[in-house]
Amino acid sequence: MTRFTFPPSIASRPVWGTLLPRKGTAFLMIADAEGAEALIDLAKAAPDLMAAADVVYLPKGTGTRFSDALRAAGPGTLYIGPSFDAAEPRIKRMLADARMGLQIFLTGTEGLMGRAMALALAAGTPVDAIQTEHRGSVARRMQCVHCKGFTEDVMTDPFVCAHCGLNLFVRDHYSRRFGAYQGVCVDAEDPGVIPPQKELYS
Amino acid sequence: MSAGTSKIAVRVADVIKVNDLVTRFRFVRRDGREMPTFSGGAHTVVEMKDGDRTRLNPYSLMSDPADRSAYSISVRRDDVGRGGSLFMHQKVKPGDEMVISYPVNLFSLDLRASKHLMLAGGIGITPFLAQIKQLGHAGGNFELHYSVRTAALGSYVDELTAAHPDRVHVYYDDRKQAIDLARLLDGQPLGTHIYVCGPKGMIDWVHKTARAHGWPESAVHSEEFLAPQSGKPFSVELARSAKTITVGEHESLLEAIEAAGVEAPYLCRGGACGQCETDVLAHEGTFIHNDHWLTEDQRKGCKKIMPCVSRFDGRRLVLDR
Repeated sequence: MTRFTFPPSIASRPVWGTLLPRKGTAFLMIADAEGAEALIDLAKAAPDLMAAADVVYLPKGTGTRFSDALRAAGPGTLYIGPSFDAAEPRIKRMLADARMGLQIFLTGTEGLMGRAMALALAAGTPVDAIQTEHRGSVARRMQCVHCKGFTEDVMTDPFVCAHCGLNLFVRDHYSRRFGAYQGVCVDAEDPGVIPPQKELYS
Repeated sequence: MSAGTSKIAVRVADVIKVNDLVTRFRFVRRDGREMPTFSGGAHTVVEMKDGDRTRLNPYSLMSDPADRSAYSISVRRDDVGRGGSLFMHQKVKPGDEMVISYPVNLFSLDLRASKHLMLAGGIGITPFLAQIKQLGHAGGNFELHYSVRTAALGSYVDELTAAHPDRVHVYYDDRKQAIDLARLLDGQPLGTHIYVCGPKGMIDWVHKTARAHGWPESAVHSEEFLAPQSGKPFSVELARSAKTITVGEHESLLEAIEAAGVEAPYLCRGGACGQCETDVLAHEGTFIHNDHWLTEDQRKGCKKIMPCVSRFDGRRLVLDR
């Protein structure tokens, strides 16, 4: 499943779009896993744009399934890295060197788009110079409101915080600054009384 | 009551000729109190009692927003306009009593910007004078590119270049100098916002060039006050007030509605803010839309008019007012 229609939700939840070619003086594309397919689609629609773009790609669990096709789509530069944490200094440096006229394209999981969006906004990029498209896993990046630790790729509600071990309820409340949803202790009143776990969007 | 329709009774403290076309007016409150604070880019609507006519014209506040002792405006004389600027230049003397509106800002700085890139043409310099003073207090990062016809007509050029020699760039038309916009747009740090105030051609040029260089609309701000255009007189039925009025050749529809004693909302009186948007109940004829507010679709729909600047040519116009 690479495309997913998210149910309507509360206002803080981002609405992901569809990547479209746009005029600009520089182009930065950041994608993970199935997000590569959205970039390949974009390259078909606008090969010149892809040829001028700097692409950061994190295959995650997909290995080389998309990376060869992405390379064949002809990006200006292509970096393939093992994780967002590994790519973060590179992305920050690219943003520090960037000028107005930069167009940013983010695609893949919500966690990837959220983190990259937070870096881009912190660097001063206008929000309407950033496009997004969700592809692949619907897992969420969650922040525990108690210990502030982030748990990546959460697929179930409730879940156990990877840092402090509390049982957390998955809220729709989204922080643009962190690029993460909020997780709140689900059994604070009655420790040990935990609702049955279910898969997100099931 | 909205801010722009609250009035301040003022006395003209100074009338100072800046150059052949521009005169500066300083207003203090008649009750001796302080002026309301404002933010750079705000304007005030000045009431001009000219015989039995009342004109209401918007002017950008150019004084320091932190100075609450007085407001200053600069008025450029327009010899072929409807007479508001001529009235200010010829009739208004120090000591005169006038009425101005509370300040309204439709052209404020976006203080999240990492840098403010200001582009001024001619008298379009006035809102930037206040904004630059405001940024001066906060140590804000700005750059002004100011295009004037000649050195003699370059209002406040000396003051600006003396205070900010590294931030102010002046271009003289008579020396064939022009802002190299494409080059300017390509070197700006992320988070830069553009502000443009000047003639319509300049504003359109900046929006168009910025779009072509990948700048999002949210980072490009502009202000152009349209003076209401003169035109053929026409009559209008005001359905709610049960009145029929005639809009004179040199009068705006909004002014005619006000002259009939009907209260109508407004803020900018220059086709920019949208406050005076009025529903059209019936019409037989052609609208002469002069505003920046209505969309193409709304214009085609013939259900709305902006009475501050727009007119009508036809047999019958009925408004919900």
